[in-house]
Amino acid sequence: MSDIIDDTARAPAGEQARAGWRFLKTHLREYGILFALIAIMAFFQIATGGILLRPVNITNLVLQNSYIVIMAIGMLLVIVSGHIDLSVGSVLGFIGALAAVMIVHWNIPYPIAGVLCLAAGALIGMAQGFWVAYFRIPSFIVTLAGMLVFKGLTLWLLAGQSVGPFPPQFQLISSGFLPDIFAVEGMNLLSFLIGLAVALGLVALAIRTRQSQARVGRPEEPFAFFAAKTAIVFFGIVWMSWLMADFRGLPNVFIVMALLIAIYAFVTGRTTVGRRIYAIGGNEKAAALSGINSRRLVFLTFANMGMLAALAGLVFAARLNTATPKAGATFELDVIAAVFIGGASMAGGVGTVVGAVVGAFIMGVMNNGMSILGIGIDYQQVIKGLVLLAAVIFDVVNKKKG
Amino acid sequence: MATILEMRGITKEFPGVKALDDVNMRVEAGEIHALVGENGAGKSTLMKVLSGVYPHGSYDGDIVYDGEVERFRGITDSESRGIIIIHQELALIPLLSVAENIFLGNERARGGIIDWHETEARAADLLARVGLSENPKTLVDDLGLGKQQLVEIAKALSKDVRLLILDEPTSSLNEQDSQKLLDLLTEFRSRGITSILISHKLNEISRVADTITVLRDGATVARLDCADGIDEDDIIRAMVGRALDDRYPDKIAHATDDIALEVRDWTVHHPVHADRRVVKDVSFTVRRGEVLGIAGLMGAGRTELAMSLFGRSWGRDITGEARINGAPVDISTVRRAIDAGLAYATEDRKSYGLVLGDTVRHNVPLARLEAVADGMVVNRRREGEVAERYRERLNIKSRSIDQDTMDLSGGNQQKVVLSKWLFADPDILILDEPTRGIDVGAKFEIYTVIRDLAAQGKAIVVISSEMPELLGITDRLYVMNEGRFVGEMPTAEASQERIMAAIIRSGERTA
Repeated sequence: MSDIIDDTARAPAGEQARAGWRFLKTHLREYGILFALIAIMAFFQIATGGILLRPVNITNLVLQNSYIVIMAIGMLLVIVSGHIDLSVGSVLGFIGALAAVMIVHWNIPYPIAGVLCLAAGALIGMAQGFWVAYFRIPSFIVTLAGMLVFKGLTLWLLAGQSVGPFPPQFQLISSGFLPDIFAVEGMNLLSFLIGLAVALGLVALAIRTRQSQARVGRPEEPFAFFAAKTAIVFFGIVWMSWLMADFRGLPNVFIVMALLIAIYAFVTGRTTVGRRIYAIGGNEKAAALSGINSRRLVFLTFANMGMLAALAGLVFAARLNTATPKAGATFELDVIAAVFIGGASMAGGVGTVVGAVVGAFIMGVMNNGMSILGIGIDYQQVIKGLVLLAAVIFDVVNKKKG
Repeated sequence: MATILEMRGITKEFPGVKALDDVNMRVEAGEIHALVGENGAGKSTLMKVLSGVYPHGSYDGDIVYDGEVERFRGITDSESRGIIIIHQELALIPLLSVAENIFLGNERARGGIIDWHETEARAADLLARVGLSENPKTLVDDLGLGKQQLVEIAKALSKDVRLLILDEPTSSLNEQDSQKLLDLLTEFRSRGITSILISHKLNEISRVADTITVLRDGATVARLDCADGIDEDDIIRAMVGRALDDRYPDKIAHATDDIALEVRDWTVHHPVHADRRVVKDVSFTVRRGEVLGIAGLMGAGRTELAMSLFGRSWGRDITGEARINGAPVDISTVRRAIDAGLAYATEDRKSYGLVLGDTVRHNVPLARLEAVADGMVVNRRREGEVAERYRERLNIKSRSIDQDTMDLSGGNQQKVVLSKWLFADPDILILDEPTRGIDVGAKFEIYTVIRDLAAQGKAIVVISSEMPELLGITDRLYVMNEGRFVGEMPTAEASQERIMAAIIRSGERTA
């Protein structure tokens, strides 16, 4: 451990404090979002008299927000590249309808139907991305058109009726849990162990990253911040998995979500493709003059968004156990709000997958907490709107001062 | 004649650069006063001080206008006193009509309701005064550049202009339209309107100007009275009369006989106005180990030539042939151009060079990201090492490689752009205005890097509007004007007078 406590920790206290303050000023947003989530959870935990963090409610919270989180990951990429996708809610509804028609009416086996639906989603994304990337039609317009088109096609596919139910195996996408192979009384030990392993893995990864930073130069993040952040993440995950293990274990969709978060966090943060998407969003002209094929990448970003919207569509349909013509309406707004609350910039080039996920959970916890408190849907909308505005005002003001 | 304007001891500093240093300028009422100087001499800055774009308090010195010391807080203050500036980039709204544009911000209205009848009638009057016979309802977009310029002047007249400032008004006009504009200025003079004319076209200046203020390096170097019978040579001498001292590293010739890049009959058309040829049948060569300069005025087509070569990043209907190391190459996309060994460092580092919101670490390897990646995964250790190496080699002053490039000074930003292209390891490096807007110390460092690259056998093309810089660091020079190469000379035989003469002669020939 000795080389983790590096130079930054050995420097004199005054200098440490100054460095810490400077670091905090430039990275206020990244920590702010995490603390905001913790503060909001603490508030509702107290206000609801402990209902919020009950195992059953936590599990519900994850299930309720899974499709928003899945789409927020794709939307993060779209917004980082400097665009927007308004069609995701309609695409989610359309794919749900497509799955229902294929499985229920045409009796296509659900795994095949699922794959076909994901492919259809990717195709929809490509169709929209094509115009955005290669013809420079503003994404706002293209996807607004897409929103109307797929809303209409959903109605047409379902002939205005709800279609369902799905076979039980298909429902397991959203209602299934990890099997309890250890059969310990009162808890799903496998789920807890997975949570513990993930938490340990994240800590190990953070330490390794910091060590390799220390080898090249002095890490900018003061040690105290590093330690606090890592500890919060570790105990947070362990505690959550403990709570969920206490109910029925980790939901299947939680595993899917966690994998997607891990994969996309890696792709955006560590791969050449991710780096290039940030460069395009940050300054498309400079990126193009650096030999980056911005058009192809924007195209792929939309294709990916379509596929993730399709996945969210399957999850949502499985959760309701039926496809309805109204499915997905206004989901795009929740998804986009989550990404912006998570620190992404409308101008592009800024934002993280983890931020978008935390943003989605901030919205989710507020929905859930306010519903438990019996606050009307009217006030809920107002409060969510104000939180979005506050988060973005905070961003802009913070940037100006910096 | 009475003095209408006197600017006394104007000093204006930007972070790290002194743009104006004790500048003095006196304009008599009812004259045409020319303001000349090389690019970057401080003409535009001086006019921004005068018009209040840089408000009182952000500069030192006094503006005495019509006998009073003025403290303009913004452009509305100076306009209310009758000082109107027309910028090189016209400030017209293309999709509004001529009449709407003339009265934009100054609408003929009662209680917020626009009186269209009066608007159009008065616009028609103003158009007649500038000699433009167009319907006031015509969209500005449908007019040519020359007519748009006249609309700007009509707009100035609508504000009861007393001192009209024109920044390079004829730079994008053809000979006929330029003539018309200059005639208009002389007509204004007879009606008592004073004009300040900023121009590079010395033949125009010697034709219409009464007095000339010459700026160089942010200082007034001469005030010439045209009644004394001065000619273009006098103006040129005043503009460039500066000795080359040790502001440049030692120039040791490294040029070999191997031709690195050969371009033949390169022609490029404007991306929007497809019938306009911006680069016309340009042919040139650059050898390994050679620093080649391309001189010329702004708008000569140099940037357009470079960008069209670099993956067709500018223009349309590009024809011509490019050979690298003797073999024909495909440079039709930026990626292919980079792979063929070409690199282009832009003149506009903020818009085209850097991802400003991102760090030095991420900007440096951007053009060759695969070299710091294992497959698809960026190796952050190698990436950090590369960024750190170039930070040291080019002496980039930043807190660390994790500082955002937008927080760096212009010189250090330029070094990041240069690092990016050095890391891409090209055979031929085109540098477009590599020292624009950066201080003398950083300039020297960049010149040193350029000479070092030549010593390593790279071929370097430097595009610059600062002639002393070209004379100081290049081995050979081409002069470009109006899309053509109009002169070629070894730098040893070149002088600023010779370059200027080549430009002016070619201009007169095509006129």
